[in-house]
Amino acid sequence: MPALTETIALGQTRTTAARKGPSRNMDALFRGCAYGAALLVLTVLVGIIGSIVYGGLPAFQEFGFGFLTSSAWNVGTEQYGALVAVIGTLTSALLALVIGVPISLGIAIYLTQLCPGWARKPVAMTIELLAAVPSIIYGMWGLFVFAPLFARFIEIPISNIVEGLPIVGTVLYARIPSGVGVLTAGIILAIMIVPFVASVARDMLDQIPTILRESAYGVGCTTWEVTRFVLIRHASVSIIGAIMLGLGRALGETMAVTFVVGNANRLSASVFDPGSTIASRIANEFNEADGMQLNALMALGCILFVITFIVLIAARILTSRVRVG
Amino acid sequence: MSNAAATAEPLIQPSARASADTKAPVRIAVKGLNFYYGQFHGLKNINLNFHDRQVTALIGPSGCGKSTLLRTFNRIYSLYPEQRAEGEILLDGVNILDPRVDLNDLRARVGMVFQKPTPFPMSIYDNVAFGIRLYEKLGRSELDERVESSLRKAALWDEVKDKLKQSGMGLSGGQQQRLCIARTVAQRPDVILFDEPTSALDPISTGRIEELIEQLRDEFTIAIVTHNMQQAARISQFTAFMYLGELIEFSQTEKLFMNPTERRTQDYITGRFG
Repeated sequence: MPALTETIALGQTRTTAARKGPSRNMDALFRGCAYGAALLVLTVLVGIIGSIVYGGLPAFQEFGFGFLTSSAWNVGTEQYGALVAVIGTLTSALLALVIGVPISLGIAIYLTQLCPGWARKPVAMTIELLAAVPSIIYGMWGLFVFAPLFARFIEIPISNIVEGLPIVGTVLYARIPSGVGVLTAGIILAIMIVPFVASVARDMLDQIPTILRESAYGVGCTTWEVTRFVLIRHASVSIIGAIMLGLGRALGETMAVTFVVGNANRLSASVFDPGSTIASRIANEFNEADGMQLNALMALGCILFVITFIVLIAARILTSRVRVG
Repeated sequence: MSNAAATAEPLIQPSARASADTKAPVRIAVKGLNFYYGQFHGLKNINLNFHDRQVTALIGPSGCGKSTLLRTFNRIYSLYPEQRAEGEILLDGVNILDPRVDLNDLRARVGMVFQKPTPFPMSIYDNVAFGIRLYEKLGRSELDERVESSLRKAALWDEVKDKLKQSGMGLSGGQQQRLCIARTVAQRPDVILFDEPTSALDPISTGRIEELIEQLRDEFTIAIVTHNMQQAARISQFTAFMYLGELIEFSQTEKLFMNPTERRTQDYITGRFG
């Protein structure tokens, strides 16, 4: 203990000898500011969560667990249920993953393993530019350009082929081939998540030690075998994390989806049929919502928040575990 | 002490279990090999023979080209488009620098063990079976046998026989390196290349790997790059000393360490530079 006071005393004499200003007060202020900045974020977050939960509470109280399982959404009779929007959200996000993840992995593998050095930068830049396109542009393009083409060249021909067949005849049949629907939303979302998933997956593949790659080639693997059995497997956990990040984005994406999802409150087994997602429902109705409708929208917001929160936590856990190991 | 260098009292005593067999057939013949990293001339007119079932050590200071030379024997350098080799490397009489050579077959015949252990992200069993499955269709029991015998040859069997299904990444560094040796041995290559295989290992693990290399000599032609001269003296029958991309001296290990002909070799092995 005496030793400690001694060093402090020494420090003080040095400080006073070398400096003019009262550094201690500044230090406390500086510390306080940094602390406050950090605390502010936390406060805002808690505030947002609190107000959404508070707003949604009447709907949860009114409909109970039935809010999750009911597909009703009737402003006239004040009957509200989250099922259609929740299913639409999950379906469109999963479709986005099914379409987007293979493309993202292909891009990441191409960039890290196959691409000649000079092309690497331009290709990577192009893909990252995709991330810079505002989502309203994707929505507009999706509705006015993509949807009509999609209806004409995909929906109508496929519906003609599968009509009457079991299962695919339902899932891939468009009653009204308008081009907008859950699958269209999934495709647009896929385009939107590709840059994210691809760039994280690329970073993960880049982090793999050269020597591991060389030793895989060293046992006589072809490029496909090296990639499939060694590189992807080595980075698998973090790639799953990257996919979860993409999923988080797809779940919450609002503007683009609202344009192309069709905004129908109808449960349909066909991915060509219009539906709605939580985000699109909120965006569509918030303006005129009042009373119980507003509470129901708030409750939808809570559900979306919980879903994305779980996904992001899972992504964080998966990506961090790998960096340590 | 000042006279010691003049009388060339060897600091390093060769102690390999077997002395060099100069009559052993030549497995790899390097003829007029030049190697380029882009513009940089990494290897200059190398001529060198590797004898069957002998350990040949490549020594020299960092950057002398010893690893570069080793990496030409399985053409692993061709992963990098800016690197190229000219000249001839004959493996059992066939020039492996010929563009028509199938690289995957070549690498199955010329195995390589790297500076650091590189277990694949799979179970211990699959690590060893992986290379075999690429090239041979073996039945379940045959594969089991081959995996076991490879792990035995790598002196790892007793330590892992109860946990073959566990990940290879969970082993200690020394065990991982022996796993990599087992993986290489399992493919029944003709030649095994060791690129500073013990540089990341502790002395005890190093000792085990060295013992192992001496045993593997009975079956395989071995080339080893090492920056540890004592290691070269302990385990090799032939030694090549390289400096600045050139092969300065190549002879039986005993002779190179006890009685080198080149001044630069003597300076290096007596520790006057390097």
